[in-house]
Amino acid sequence: MIYLLLYIEFFKIGLFAVGGGLATLPFLYQLSLKTGWFTTHQLADMVAVSEITPGPLGINMATFSGFNAGGILGGIVATLGIVTPSVIVIIIVAGILNKFIKNKYVADAFTGLRPAVCALITIAVWEIVKVSVFDIQLYEQTLNIKDLFLFKNIIYLALLFALIRKVKLHPIAYIGLSALLGIFVRF
Amino acid sequence: MREKNIALLDLFLTFAKVGVMTFGGGYAMLPVIEKELIDKKQWMTRQDLMDFFALSQVTPGVIAVNTASLLGYQKRRVLGALAATLGIITPSIIIITVIALFLKQYMSAELTERLFSSIRICVAALIVNALLPFFKKGIVSVFTGFLFAFSLAVYFYFKISPALLVVFCALAAIIYNAIKRKTAK
Repeated sequence: MIYLLLYIEFFKIGLFAVGGGLATLPFLYQLSLKTGWFTTHQLADMVAVSEITPGPLGINMATFSGFNAGGILGGIVATLGIVTPSVIVIIIVAGILNKFIKNKYVADAFTGLRPAVCALITIAVWEIVKVSVFDIQLYEQTLNIKDLFLFKNIIYLALLFALIRKVKLHPIAYIGLSALLGIFVRF
Repeated sequence: MREKNIALLDLFLTFAKVGVMTFGGGYAMLPVIEKELIDKKQWMTRQDLMDFFALSQVTPGVIAVNTASLLGYQKRRVLGALAATLGIITPSIIIITVIALFLKQYMSAELTERLFSSIRICVAALIVNALLPFFKKGIVSVFTGFLFAFSLAVYFYFKISPALLVVFCALAAIIYNAIKRKTAK
């Protein structure tokens, strides 16, 4: 019964992948080798498509892998599988936390968690910016400092940032603009 | 903060909207959450969101789903967590299924790569913009400034897992505050 297997496999991924969408990637890779539901080549393809379509990366990849393994119902079952552990754990954690939210140690812990989260988001942005504005591969080949920077991308990033600061449109407007631009300009 | 007046359908639809407008993984949802849930709906504060992100980082699963479940639970308990989670996954299921069924053959590797690059730059700019107010809420003292700098340094030098980093900072804050209270007496 493919659907039950799909549910169980994605339940396991949801339970063991701590830290968000990309953390599921090594698990999906293993799943591909173990079951043959999709090839590793398809997996690379799914990551790219999941990045440019709406929806959280981890969920998109689960739906995509499930679809490749078992069609429309497979996509639904895999997605439900990956979120089930999350929901159960969160309900338990939030339930416990509600009881202790007035506790001074819990309050103290959160004052330490907030700067950590600021750092983690900064790291996430840096990882995206790094691959967007530097061409490290080309630089390592040529060792020419000019090859390290993707000047067009740096200019676009700066212009876009200035635009976002000045004109407060909905985030999706800037995504749409960038997608449109991406069809004509190669970044 | 439990509010009975938020309908389950409202939770579902709002998170479906967040799902439709999120591109990429993890914190890519930050600018949309900020716009929809903090500014428009005022269902939470920036501080709440930081707390949710911290918990989402140390609990299993996709960050977006964990954050949705947490907010849903805070508003309407178990049913709220379910409604918010179903909300955030429904657009993905529909859109990915449509793409896999009909559009995949028209999406050349070339076009995918182009959109990927341009959207990625935009997501980076949006997150940086959304992140700035968070610094003001999260880094409020010399000690929290130190934890921030320390987290960055440890991550870049030792590639330590984010979940461990979060746990460490929580423990450090508990110990620091306990010592501060003792010496103040």
